[in-house]
Amino acid sequence: MNEHIAVTVTVNGQEYTRQVEPRMLLSDFLRHELDLTGTHVGCEHGVCGACTILLNGEPVRSCLLFAVQVQGQAITTVEGLASGPDPEDLHPLQQGFWEAHGLQCGFCTPGFLMTLVPFLEENPDPTEAEIREALSGNLCRCTGYQKIVEAVQLAAEKMRG
Amino acid sequence: MTTRYFGKPIKRNEDPRLLTGQALFVDDVHLPDMLHVAFVRSDLAHARIRRIDTAAARERPGVVAVYTAEDLGDYWRPGPLLVPPPPVKDIVFHQRTQVPLAKDKVRHAGEAVAMVVAESRYIAEDAAEEIFVEYEPLPGVVDLEEALQPDAPRVHEDLESNLAAHVIQEKGSYATAREQADVVISRRFVYDRGTAAAMENRGIVAHWDFKSQHLTVWDTTQAPIPIRNGLAAMLGLSEHQVRVIAPFIGGGFGPKIMMFYPEEMLLPWVSMQLKRPVKWIEDREENFYATTQERGQIHQAEMALTQDGRILGVKDVFLHDTGAYDPYGLTVPINSQCTLLGCYDVPNYYSEFRVVFTNKPIVTPYRGAGRQHGVFVMERLLDLAARELGLDRAEIRRRNFIPPDKFPYNNQIIYQDFAPLVYDSGNYEPALDKALELIDYQRFIQEEQPRLRAEGRKVGLGIVTYVEGTGIGPYEGARVTVEASGKVSVATGIGTQGQGHFTSFAQLVAEQLGVDVGDIFLVTGDTDQFYWGAGTFASRGAVVAGNAIHAGAQAVRRKILKMASEELEVAEEDLELVDGTVRVKGVPDSAIKLGELAVKANPLRGAVKPDAEPGLEATAYFGPERGATASGVHAMILEIDPETMLVEIQKYVVVHDCGKVINPLILEGQIQGGVAQGIGNAFYEQLFFSENGTLLNASFMDYLLPTATDVPAIISDHLETPSPLNPLGVKGAGEAGAIPVGPLFAQAVEDALDIPGLEIREIPLSPNRLFELIRGERTEREADHG
Ligand code: FES
Ligand code: FES
Repeated sequence: MNEHIAVTVTVNGQEYTRQVEPRMLLSDFLRHELDLTGTHVGCEHGVCGACTILLNGEPVRSCLLFAVQVQGQAITTVEGLASGPDPEDLHPLQQGFWEAHGLQCGFCTPGFLMTLVPFLEENPDPTEAEIREALSGNLCRCTGYQKIVEAVQLAAEKMRG
Repeated sequence: MTTRYFGKPIKRNEDPRLLTGQALFVDDVHLPDMLHVAFVRSDLAHARIRRIDTAAARERPGVVAVYTAEDLGDYWRPGPLLVPPPPVKDIVFHQRTQVPLAKDKVRHAGEAVAMVVAESRYIAEDAAEEIFVEYEPLPGVVDLEEALQPDAPRVHEDLESNLAAHVIQEKGSYATAREQADVVISRRFVYDRGTAAAMENRGIVAHWDFKSQHLTVWDTTQAPIPIRNGLAAMLGLSEHQVRVIAPFIGGGFGPKIMMFYPEEMLLPWVSMQLKRPVKWIEDREENFYATTQERGQIHQAEMALTQDGRILGVKDVFLHDTGAYDPYGLTVPINSQCTLLGCYDVPNYYSEFRVVFTNKPIVTPYRGAGRQHGVFVMERLLDLAARELGLDRAEIRRRNFIPPDKFPYNNQIIYQDFAPLVYDSGNYEPALDKALELIDYQRFIQEEQPRLRAEGRKVGLGIVTYVEGTGIGPYEGARVTVEASGKVSVATGIGTQGQGHFTSFAQLVAEQLGVDVGDIFLVTGDTDQFYWGAGTFASRGAVVAGNAIHAGAQAVRRKILKMASEELEVAEEDLELVDGTVRVKGVPDSAIKLGELAVKANPLRGAVKPDAEPGLEATAYFGPERGATASGVHAMILEIDPETMLVEIQKYVVVHDCGKVINPLILEGQIQGGVAQGIGNAFYEQLFFSENGTLLNASFMDYLLPTATDVPAIISDHLETPSPLNPLGVKGAGEAGAIPVGPLFAQAVEDALDIPGLEIREIPLSPNRLFELIRGERTEREADHG
């Protein structure tokens, strides 16, 4: 199991190459090889959604993929959402979460954000039921979801301009 | 007019870091040369360890060390007792605390037997699988009542039985009350186990720096300071050689304050042995076994009442499951005992409990910490009494409320903080009225429900009340410093797990110093920043640390006013603190920036007055005389689909009184999150153990947490009955949302099903369980044993 394979991926616009074991999970690769620790791991069995990232624009659970499976592909993680370091540079979704108090411990938050970015792109004016449906694959133990729903509504408004 | 910060829904200081993935959690700590730890855990709940063969694991390339209990030498010893038993007369308590690695026998599934240290987590896990443990299986103790049978196998063989503790507390004479009663309601109630399931599992990184002889530990703990003190004692180090950091924590809810988890004892020791940093991150499956759990009680309770529904007395005899060990003392069952009386004026109370050891994971407080069990029993008894007496369920509660002029109200028993259970303040009737109004009680029961029932629909309403003992001592402290930049730093000892302390605490300082909340930097959970404290538990952060910070900020304010009055040659009364400056009231040009004043207060040359303290800084402590009692009412309307027994919550109302509110946005979040956990506990979550004590549903596929489609929007309202026990007048709010949801569900489900004779006397429920109850099935769980 100790042979290593080279993996090259583009993450948040930057290209990385690393030598990894074929069995290394993509979540571990991002977190521990690339030190992009914003992607969190809550279950490692595909249920909680904390590890959600965008793979070629689609939300996927990085704990269910091996790093070697994303060879040559493009990934966006939570670190790639804001356009700069200042509060004004936050993505509208991040701003929505901030203003509506959509996070408490914040551990689940990156997964929610990465799930919701493509959702709002496809569905700019969702109903509350649609939002709840979109959230239902991600677990949050702190908020009771209500303020996450409000955060998404706020973000949708902002994105519609 | 100076800006007000207290009571404002200010958005949180900590959020930008969390939203951009920059916040440091324990698993984000990467150190050069770091090793990784994996544990071998027992699959069996009760077994003798015959032999452990570690040879293959030790030989695997990349493995640095393997340890069993034997290899720990003198370091092997049971963990400390976190909370000693309270001073109650004739109390029995047998202390049996968890061990770092099992020796001779394992007492619950998931107990660690061996530890592997390797160059990567992958290698450590491979090697752990190569360790062969030969067990002799023993019959397990799983059922609470069977645990006390004379022929039951014993979890701790040096004890005569599985009895861990026995406590009786009494107020007045229940026997006399019973003789005078017109009616006595007597029932059995069961509350089963659940788990906190914080999204972040536990984890520890320990780094012994041999050259500087200094240990740094990152730990997902709610109590970094006690962990530092304990580690120093166990490892033979000075407290000043140990730094414990609880960085951002992905949810705590109680189990992250076990102290000491075996892993917490082992990792720092291993780092010292190997002189390299080591890391262990729990995985989700381990979390189901190795992190503590809660609930698991069986009550036989009765209530004596007059014909008009006045409570004369309550008697409750219950069993509490502590799992294989009892390191947290009696906190959970004492909470059940002391919260049962609720908002009600109960003249006579007899409460007796036995704590039993079982071959199940250890039980310690989880949000609510036993309070929900007491509330469940009391509220259900009231519902049954109301039915028996033909009274309205809201009315029977109203008739028994402690009237507002009876506070402080002494319940004459001892609480978890060892002080008498005295409610500081409360005003229960307006909260009930508010909740009735918000749920539209009369209209629902008189019009809506009859109409829907006529259509064959199963809709029901629930309304229950509760109290929550919060903000207990002993104390917390804080240091407030104005820096040369004019920004303010605040250091306090408690850890934070999402409660918004970075913001609510900053608001307290902003209120005193007139500095923007965004310019106040809070450090919490780092023992090198603040030395003293106890931790985050029992909804005490805002009350105890909050008041310490408030006192510290007031002291700094006094220093600022004194200095500025000398500088500006005006009386202190004529000064105000605004926008990061101190200035003469109404004369904006006369302002001095706080940063400038801070520099002046810390001169590098020249003479200062004798006894002058440098800097604009103050340290303060706060220790309440006893806890503050918050209270509230929850109401809901739900509908049950008779085909599937699935429940849809149509309306959920919370009216809550936690005294003065620092930040209503954060408070709402706490309540909503608590309700969601309560809903999970009441209807979705249950740990299933086999008859041998192994857990059958240790994953998120099989243990269902509520999702966004299960938790409704919550309508909330607040009343403010300030606590007289602290200057801010605050009471805690962290657990309130979760406490009354069980009896609320039970009442509403009963009401919706409307089947004569059907009583719901257990939690958790589930669609499956509802079918069984309707069919009148008597299962193991509800059968009356003897
Ligand atoms: S960590 Fe990937 S879904 Fe939970
Ligand atoms: S904010 Fe803590 S899990 Fe969602």
